[in-house]
Amino acid sequence: MKLYEYEAKEILAKYGVKIPRGRLALTPEEVRKIAEEIGKPVVLKAQVTVAGRGKAGGIKTAKTPQEAEELARRMFGMTIKGLVVKKLYVTEYQEVEREMYLSLIIDRATRRYLILASPMGGVDIEEIARKEPEKIKRVYVDPFEGLRDFHIRSVVSWLGIKAGTPQWDQASSVVKAMYRAMTELEAELVESNPLAVTKSGEVVPLDARIIVDDNSLYKHPDLEKAFEEDPRDVTEFERYAQRIGFNYVELDGDVGIIGNGAGLTMSTMDLVYHFGGRPANFLDIGGGASRDVVKEALKVLLKHPRVKSIFINIFGGITRADEVAAGIEAALAEVGSSGKKIVVRIKGTNEELGKQMLAKSGIPLFESAEEAAQKAVEMARL
Amino acid sequence: MTVLVGPNTKAIVQGITGREGSFHAQRMLEYGTKIVGGVTPGKGGATVHGLPVFDTVEEAVKATGADTSVVFVPAKFAAEAVYEAVDAGVKLVVVITEHIPIHDTLKFVNYARARGVNVIGPNCPGIVAPPVKVKLGIMPNNIYQVPGRIGMVSRSGTLTYEISYQLVRAGLGINTAIGVGGDPIVGTDLVEATLMMARDPDIDAIVVIGEVGGDAEERLAKLYAEGAIKKPLVGYVAGRTAPPEKRMGHAGAIVMLGSGDANGKVKALREAGIPVADTPMEVPQLVLKAIRK
Repeated sequence: MKLYEYEAKEILAKYGVKIPRGRLALTPEEVRKIAEEIGKPVVLKAQVTVAGRGKAGGIKTAKTPQEAEELARRMFGMTIKGLVVKKLYVTEYQEVEREMYLSLIIDRATRRYLILASPMGGVDIEEIARKEPEKIKRVYVDPFEGLRDFHIRSVVSWLGIKAGTPQWDQASSVVKAMYRAMTELEAELVESNPLAVTKSGEVVPLDARIIVDDNSLYKHPDLEKAFEEDPRDVTEFERYAQRIGFNYVELDGDVGIIGNGAGLTMSTMDLVYHFGGRPANFLDIGGGASRDVVKEALKVLLKHPRVKSIFINIFGGITRADEVAAGIEAALAEVGSSGKKIVVRIKGTNEELGKQMLAKSGIPLFESAEEAAQKAVEMARL
Repeated sequence: MTVLVGPNTKAIVQGITGREGSFHAQRMLEYGTKIVGGVTPGKGGATVHGLPVFDTVEEAVKATGADTSVVFVPAKFAAEAVYEAVDAGVKLVVVITEHIPIHDTLKFVNYARARGVNVIGPNCPGIVAPPVKVKLGIMPNNIYQVPGRIGMVSRSGTLTYEISYQLVRAGLGINTAIGVGGDPIVGTDLVEATLMMARDPDIDAIVVIGEVGGDAEERLAKLYAEGAIKKPLVGYVAGRTAPPEKRMGHAGAIVMLGSGDANGKVKALREAGIPVADTPMEVPQLVLKAIRK
C-alpha cells in the first residue's frame, strides 16, 4: 500500500522531523484558505501515488491565495497516469539551496535494511545511479541490532552536511524518523526525494514516499482502514480480482492472458510478445483454482473491451484441468464469447478429462504453448 | 549426491492438520519422502495419514528424529513456526506459506542462518530430489519420476514444473530442483542455491529460472563471469513484458527504483556467457548443447 505524500510527511513529523507547513485540501476554496493562512507563496501538490507527477503538471507554485485557488480549479479532476486528482496538498514554498536523496529499503542480497544516500537529489534514483553511481552511498543495517549512531553519522556526512551544525541534527533526525517509519510501519520503501537544504539553512523533506507491505496490514488497523476507504493506485478491477482470488495487472495490448502461477503467467505474456502480439493483461489464477475462480477470471477478459483473443495456459499440479475446463464452459455459458477467440493449452493433473470437456465445446486445444501463443496472436489480428 | 536433502532426510510437517498441510503430507508420502510426523499446537496425540501429531516441534523431533521441517502454517503464525523449528534443532526448514510479512521473514531468515539452519522459501514450491525420492513441498509427483543429472533453481513454481516436464520429455532427468520462493527475501536465494548445485559432483548442468524483480540474476551472472561456477548454466527469465512498479503475482516480482527489469537480467546473463532461452520450450535444447560441449 502506497501512502500519499501528506500521510508520509505527517508520519515523519510525528517522529520528530520538521516538515514544510501545509495542509490537505479537497476543494479550491480550501486551497485558498490554506494559502491565506500560510501567508506566503505556496506549492500545490496533487496527491496521487505514482511517480512523475511533477512532469505531468501535478505540482504548481502560486504567489497569491487568488492564484492558488485558480490553479486548484484546474488541478482538481485532472488525470495523472490514470489516477484522478481528488486531493491537493498545499504547503509553503521553500527556496532551495541544494537537493539531496535519502531512502530505506530491504536489501535482498544481504537481507539487511539498506539506506541509500546521495548529496545529489531531486531526480529519480535510477537517473542518479546511471549518471553518477559513485555519488550513492549504501549503509547496511542489521535487522536485530538496528540503527546505530555510526550509521547515521556515515549517512549525514555523505550528504555533505558539517558536524556540529543545526543541519547536522536536523538531517540526523530525518534518518532516525525514516528508519522508525520503516520498521514500525513495516514498510518496503521509505524515501525522501528531494530532501532539501533550504536557503534559510534548514534540512527539510520536500517530498516523502512510504510503501507499506500489504501482507503486514493486518497488524496496522489504522493503515488497513485508510486503504479500505481509499485504495489509491489499486484499480477497482484489481481489488475485485483480489477478492475473487486471482492476481491481475492491466497491460495495454489485445491478447488476453490467463495462467496459473506468477512465473508461468508472465512467461505466457512474454510468449505472446515473442510471437509479435501484445498482451492485454496479466491474470494468474493461482494454485488449485476452483471452477468458480476460473469462470470469474475468464468473464473478466470476455467483457474486456480491448481484448480480441484469449490465451489460457495451464500447467496443472494442484490445479486440475477438469476444474479449469468446467470454469471455461461456465463463463462462456454465462456471458458468451462476445466474438473473442479462445485458445487453450492445458497440461498436468486430469489433463485428458479436461481436454475431452473442452473438445466438446469446440475450443481450439494445443499441445504446445508456442503454437497456442502464435494462434492467439493471429486471432487478435483478424 | 543430491542437494540439501538425501536418502536419510526425515521430515515433519508443521501445520499437518490444516487443509494444505494434510493434503501435501499425503502427496509427499506417496512420492517416497520419509515424513515421520506433524505438529499442530493443541492437536498433540492425533494422527494424520497414520502419522503422529505433536504439540511442539521439540517433542516431534525427540520422538521421531526428524532433521527437517516443512511449514504449511498460515502467514500470521509462520514466523513463530520457523523460530520453533530452528530452536528444536532441525537443519532444514522449507516454508511453503505465502503472504508472510516481509519484516517477519527478514528476521526469521537471519535468525536461522546465524544458527546454521538452511531455510527454503517462503512462498515456494519446495525442493525435490528424484534420485533419493525426497520431496519437501508441493510439486506434482508425476513430473519428478526420472532421476538424472540436471539441477534446477527457480523463483517460480508452475514454470519450474513446465520446464522440468520439457526436460524430462527431452530425455534429461533431474537431480535436484529447488524453488527458492517468490518473495523479496528468501532463506536461500537463486545465487546461493545455484552455488550449492555447482558443488555437487552428480550435477552436470544447472537450469536457472529467474523473473522480474531484484538483482539475483545479475549477481549470478557476475559470479559466473568471474569463474566461480565451472558448470554449464542455462537461464530463462520470466516477465520481459512486465510493466514497472507493478507486482506480478509474486511479492518479489516487481521493478522498483529502476532495478529488476527482466531484459536487463537476460542481458547480464548472456554477457556473462550463460545461454538464455527465449521461451521455456527452448531450455532443453540449450541444456543438451551445453552438456555436449
